[in-house]
Amino acid sequence: MTRLRLEGVTRRFGGLVAVDDVSFEVPADGVTAVIGPNGAGKTTLFNLISGFLPPSAGRILFEGKDITGRPPAQIAAGGLVRTFQLVKLFEDLSVLDNVKVGCHLQGKAGLFSALLRPASARREEQAVEARSRELLAFAGLAAMADEPASALPYGRQRMLELARAMAAGPRLILLDEPAAGLNTEESAALSRIIRRIAADGTSVLLIEHDMTLVMNTADRVVVVDFGRKIAQGTPGEVRADPAVIAAYLGTGKSSANEPATQEAPHG
Amino acid sequence: MTILPSTTSPDRRPFGLVGLLPWLFAAVVVGYAMVVGGYAATVVSFALIYAVFVTGLNLFMGFAAQVSFGQNAFAAIGGYLSAVLTASHGWPPLPAMLLGIAAAVLVAAIVGFPTLRLKGHYLAMGTLAIGLITYEITVEWQSVTQGYMGISGIPPIGIGPYEVTSDRGQLILLSLVVAACAFAAARIRRSRFGRALSAVAGSEEAATALGIEVARYKLLAFLLSAGFAALAGSLFVHVVGFVSPEVFGLHMVIVTFTMLYVGGIGTVAGPLVGALIVSLLPETFRAFKDYQDLAYGAVLIVLLIYAPRGLASLFSPRGRS
Repeated sequence: MTRLRLEGVTRRFGGLVAVDDVSFEVPADGVTAVIGPNGAGKTTLFNLISGFLPPSAGRILFEGKDITGRPPAQIAAGGLVRTFQLVKLFEDLSVLDNVKVGCHLQGKAGLFSALLRPASARREEQAVEARSRELLAFAGLAAMADEPASALPYGRQRMLELARAMAAGPRLILLDEPAAGLNTEESAALSRIIRRIAADGTSVLLIEHDMTLVMNTADRVVVVDFGRKIAQGTPGEVRADPAVIAAYLGTGKSSANEPATQEAPHG
Repeated sequence: MTILPSTTSPDRRPFGLVGLLPWLFAAVVVGYAMVVGGYAATVVSFALIYAVFVTGLNLFMGFAAQVSFGQNAFAAIGGYLSAVLTASHGWPPLPAMLLGIAAAVLVAAIVGFPTLRLKGHYLAMGTLAIGLITYEITVEWQSVTQGYMGISGIPPIGIGPYEVTSDRGQLILLSLVVAACAFAAARIRRSRFGRALSAVAGSEEAATALGIEVARYKLLAFLLSAGFAALAGSLFVHVVGFVSPEVFGLHMVIVTFTMLYVGGIGTVAGPLVGALIVSLLPETFRAFKDYQDLAYGAVLIVLLIYAPRGLASLFSPRGRS
């Protein structure tokens, strides 16, 4: 079963084509990674999928339904939830309350429930509390539940963002460079957590620079460079692909070197 | 053996005895005013009415971290509707009050729907305009509002033959209303609705990514806030028996902002503490005569230096971060 399908997705910023006619599929099972050099258009691609930016052309289908150009909150409500490259926690709230906010889509209670607290709202609140503590335990944050989120060390903040996104009950989770700024040990722990999320039935699509994490975690890799998809396959296949090596190491054939050769006569 | 109710759940622990101090302070002040009566009772009554207004302002500015310079407009709508319906049309106070609140919420919805798509200072400018326009209407629409002359002979709050006319009766009534408002704010704070507002305050992008409809929650906070403002405006005209445009002018915006920041923005007890302190301070400095305003200003500055998140935040563990 295909969880997500991109068909010729393109995004232009003025003259710049940040994402150029990208098509690929994310199957329901396992972990899919998008890799590529800095500025390859990976984050823009995520913004397009999650609805934070409308594409200039192309279609995005989530579980067969066209979600192109839908508002981001609606896409999240549909079961496609993202995290951010720079952690965006609710810093004034406690660690536990951050995850409770993540449970927003799991509940229905509105203003009148808040004021009158009927039995249904109390039950919902208990369920939210239980689920949030469960997710904190999963992310290794149970002992810090009542700390303000801003007091967590950076690595823990990333884990909290992941737990909060999982609280929304996604069927596909987009992780934007989840290992950025983590040390080797934290990165390995993250890799295990991502595998478990996938094993529990949530499809994972991640953008990553940390090649160790990608090689250890991903089942499939999509490589983008200059907004274009240049390769696709298992981590092993991709690693051996000449186009990928060129993009990362920059051989004479790489488009990255073209400006340099053009400039040479002036030098 | 009875099973303990879930009120001992861990997320309630921060509200220990220290957390009760702001409420104790308020109770002492109101109690004093009730015993002394007269001028003190009047000052504290006004402070309690302001507390209702600021509690509403806090939902929008503290809980949801938005800015509005125009909440006085909704106090004016509530106050004037109450005044006109009771004094000029012979309505009983309670239905007039309810209609005033409903009208203010309706106007807030019409105004808020487009305005709340604006961000930061654009929203602030938009709301400032709402306040100024409403003020002009109360001045110019003389056939209804009687302009600067104002409307007098507004009856006190009551049901049928029972009217609250004594200082003490008004203090008790207003205390009950303030307690209900604070209770509502406290319940909102610890609910799915309140968490969504905190999320909007913390990061609109992160809130959106978690499926929270940011514009909707901003609008709801704005409507609630307008409802509290209208209630305060209506209470004011029934307690004083008179209304004129100045009551809900720009002065009200400045005073209520001061109350919100001195008391503690985003806290539950802050609006009440702020309303009492800001109302009482000038009175306690009367002995300074010419230097009264100077002393008042100096104390405000000292407060904001040593309690930048407001007085109430000193008594809640999270406020000291």
